[in-house]
Amino acid sequence: MTLTEQQQVSYIASQAAEARVRFELETEGMTLNIGPQHPATHGTLRIVCRLDGEQVVWADPVCGYMHRGYEKLVEARKYQQVTTLINRIDWLGHFANEVPFILAVERLYEVEAPERAQWLRTIFFEMARIANITLFLGDMGVQLGAITPVFYAFRDREHVLNLMEAVTGGRFHPNFDRVGGLKDDLPKGWGDETKAVMRKVEEFCDQMENLLVGNEIFEKRTRGIGVVPQKVALEYGLSGANLRSTGVDWDIRRDEPSPLAWKHADWKVITHTAGDSFARYWVRLQETREAAKIVTQLIDGLPSGPIMAKMPARLRVPKGEAWVHTENPLGEMGYYVVSDGGPSGPFRCKIRTPSFNNISILPWLLRGTYVPDVVAILASLYFILGDIDR
Amino acid sequence: MPPKKPELPGVIKGLGVTFKTMLTKPVTVQYPHEREAPPTRARGVIALLEENCTVCMLCARECPDWCIYIEGHNDKAPPRREGGKPRTINVLDRFDIDFSLCMYCGICVEVCPFDALFWTPEYEYSELSIADLLHDKQRLGEWFETVPEPPAYESGAQVKAKKYASPAAARAKNA
Amino acid sequence: MSLGGSLLALAYWQETLLRVLGVLLAVILPAGGFVYLFLFKMMSRMQSRLGPMEAGPYGSLQLLAEVGKFLQKEDLAPEGADRRLFKMAPYIVLISVLLVYVAVPFGPDAWFTDLDSGIFYILAVSSLSVLGILVAGWASANKYSLTGGIRAAGQLIAYEIPMVLAVVGVVIQAGTLNLQQIVRAQAEGEIFGFGAFGNPFILTQFVGFVLFMIAMQAELTQAPFDMPIAESEIVTGYMTEYTGMRFLLFFIGEFATAGAFSAVVATLFLGGWYLPGLSLDANYMNIVGPLILFGKMLLVAFFIFWIRFTYPRFREDQLQSFAWKALIPISLVNILVTGILKVVF
Repeated sequence: MTLTEQQQVSYIASQAAEARVRFELETEGMTLNIGPQHPATHGTLRIVCRLDGEQVVWADPVCGYMHRGYEKLVEARKYQQVTTLINRIDWLGHFANEVPFILAVERLYEVEAPERAQWLRTIFFEMARIANITLFLGDMGVQLGAITPVFYAFRDREHVLNLMEAVTGGRFHPNFDRVGGLKDDLPKGWGDETKAVMRKVEEFCDQMENLLVGNEIFEKRTRGIGVVPQKVALEYGLSGANLRSTGVDWDIRRDEPSPLAWKHADWKVITHTAGDSFARYWVRLQETREAAKIVTQLIDGLPSGPIMAKMPARLRVPKGEAWVHTENPLGEMGYYVVSDGGPSGPFRCKIRTPSFNNISILPWLLRGTYVPDVVAILASLYFILGDIDR
Repeated sequence: MPPKKPELPGVIKGLGVTFKTMLTKPVTVQYPHEREAPPTRARGVIALLEENCTVCMLCARECPDWCIYIEGHNDKAPPRREGGKPRTINVLDRFDIDFSLCMYCGICVEVCPFDALFWTPEYEYSELSIADLLHDKQRLGEWFETVPEPPAYESGAQVKAKKYASPAAARAKNA
Repeated sequence: MSLGGSLLALAYWQETLLRVLGVLLAVILPAGGFVYLFLFKMMSRMQSRLGPMEAGPYGSLQLLAEVGKFLQKEDLAPEGADRRLFKMAPYIVLISVLLVYVAVPFGPDAWFTDLDSGIFYILAVSSLSVLGILVAGWASANKYSLTGGIRAAGQLIAYEIPMVLAVVGVVIQAGTLNLQQIVRAQAEGEIFGFGAFGNPFILTQFVGFVLFMIAMQAELTQAPFDMPIAESEIVTGYMTEYTGMRFLLFFIGEFATAGAFSAVVATLFLGGWYLPGLSLDANYMNIVGPLILFGKMLLVAFFIFWIRFTYPRFREDQLQSFAWKALIPISLVNILVTGILKVVF
């Protein structure tokens, strides 16, 4: 081929390529990939955005980069081994992941854990909530540019983690819940330490209020951003603080009967009517205070008794199915456990995680927002990748 | 109703918080010059008391990661009384825990019926090569020196069987 | 540095050499000092932690360690980047900040050049850094960098105006653009007849001072105006693709600019190298003056960084509306009031 012929061929090829590209890109604009490696997404979440200047025209979350196959792993493990795996689903609210599964198996086996165990389970559950949400309170500051609150969050969260370590031996993964009760009882002096830590948690909440909630810049960045109306929230299956910040008064701890000890404490369900990012932050801040109150009250009234029901060494769960859901720090988490009566673990376990449904609203929510607002919305919706992808 | 007290604007209060924190003592613990002591029940590393092990293989079976490797053989021991039959005992040949796989769940320690496995709060055993994270029988026995006595229980606890065995008692069992 | 010809008889080339070394020292020392004091130590204390402690006593040599670390990194440029522009960008920023230091007086005879259009020259030359940032954002061939560069261009140009207008009030009061004369005006001036400690313009031009501080925070792209470097969104914006020594040049440029602007604020509003009670012309002021100026720079920089570490950031459009709708009208009113008062009194 001569040079001119080569040039002609390459010219035609480039025209064809451009025509393909123009056909795919219906609008002029920049396609921006937020993630999977990005400081704003808590983990490996990828959001493909089409931008027009700084405005998002179209957004599509792509999850699955962290899929570990939990539901399949659980099928090959015995019940006690399952507990060790599932507290890595929502790795910040550690104990809260084990509870619904254990309750489901207890329902299948028709055994009830003794009262002290239920109270202690509630205390640890609320402490998991505190550990999870304090990180959120600091993290939202970082996403918006305030680099200091997150250090206070980590500093005050350490105390809660130290408490968990004193009881269970593990800071992040307690692996403490057993079918029929808990593994062991509290060491001496734990009750007073916990009350002191809960006071520190409340001081931390006051600090966050002074540092972030009252800050005019923070309010400008979050009020009216990412407004979710009540109807849309219910349609998309939001749960937890995301739902309560739109005005829906729904909290599984109060509204559904549960063997755990929430009814023995005096606490409120926090709702807000605005449904924007500020509301979500505010609701979670108040929930941390309520959680600290619950822990303090339950520690004071802890009944004495055994912490494990009479259980055989080899657990043989009768055939059946059970569904249990609880109000986890991130939202509503549930396990649907199917047992076939065999000697080893569950036959099938379906895990309903809150973050998976929480991010399903992103395409609806992110349309028409600016890029900085995308980050504010992601931060306020608060998902954890282990929870989305399992 | 008394009028609302005029408050400082939020921006000024935020400055106050950071200023006050600047004047308080920082919480950093300068590792490795200073160390924090982990609590007694902390799951640092697993220790083996070889005399108590009967090679029942329960720990290896229950481990969710299958990170415990056990080999043993049958042997004859002298009879307990004069004129009796020689007893068969299990002798432990190999007991390795691969800490690069271990999830630190504690199921092996929990299911051992003979109090041969213990938790210790030791955590400084990082290695430069992953293969060195396979602790063999002898090294696991060395960790036994660091096993603490389990802490006393909080008032109101009625635990019948102690979940965390005392190392001194376990040693005395087979003395 | 003109040493009055009394200490040493220097040839012109020797004087130039001294001046060049002096400027480098004047830039690197405050930049390094600021980085250590404010970024490493003050930020850490505000975040309830200790900061670097290993390199040198209390981590004082950490910056040296960082320089060494950056020097041994690979010199990368992205594939689609415009190589010449990419490499040129940090130097533009550095040059503009070095030029700012040239006009700041450090003592009665310790100055690099005594320009009659001192503050005008400084404001003009400091806007050169906008070019450097734009070039960096464009030449990086990265969508995030481009976003950062464009945000920076809009923001820096918008906040130049309140800065200039705030300075006009000072100039009206002092009656001159020359920085050395402004220091003298503050030293010898009186507030409504009371002249014990002169007339530091922070007292009479308080509104101008606040405006200048806010505009300076935006010029330095510090929080709450750090949209161009919004770390959680566009991963340091225009600096994303810079690694190794080039990144360090940007970093030093950022802190040297902070030092330069603090020096300008200290000169314009706080009285410069003069403290009431000390003499204006003595020779020892050539040594004491720079120290006093450095102390005032530290004070100003403390406020800059305190605000940086506390507040979240504004969104780009909120930032722009704050500049155009709030700061500029206030600064115009400030000039009006200053002019009226100057004529009346």
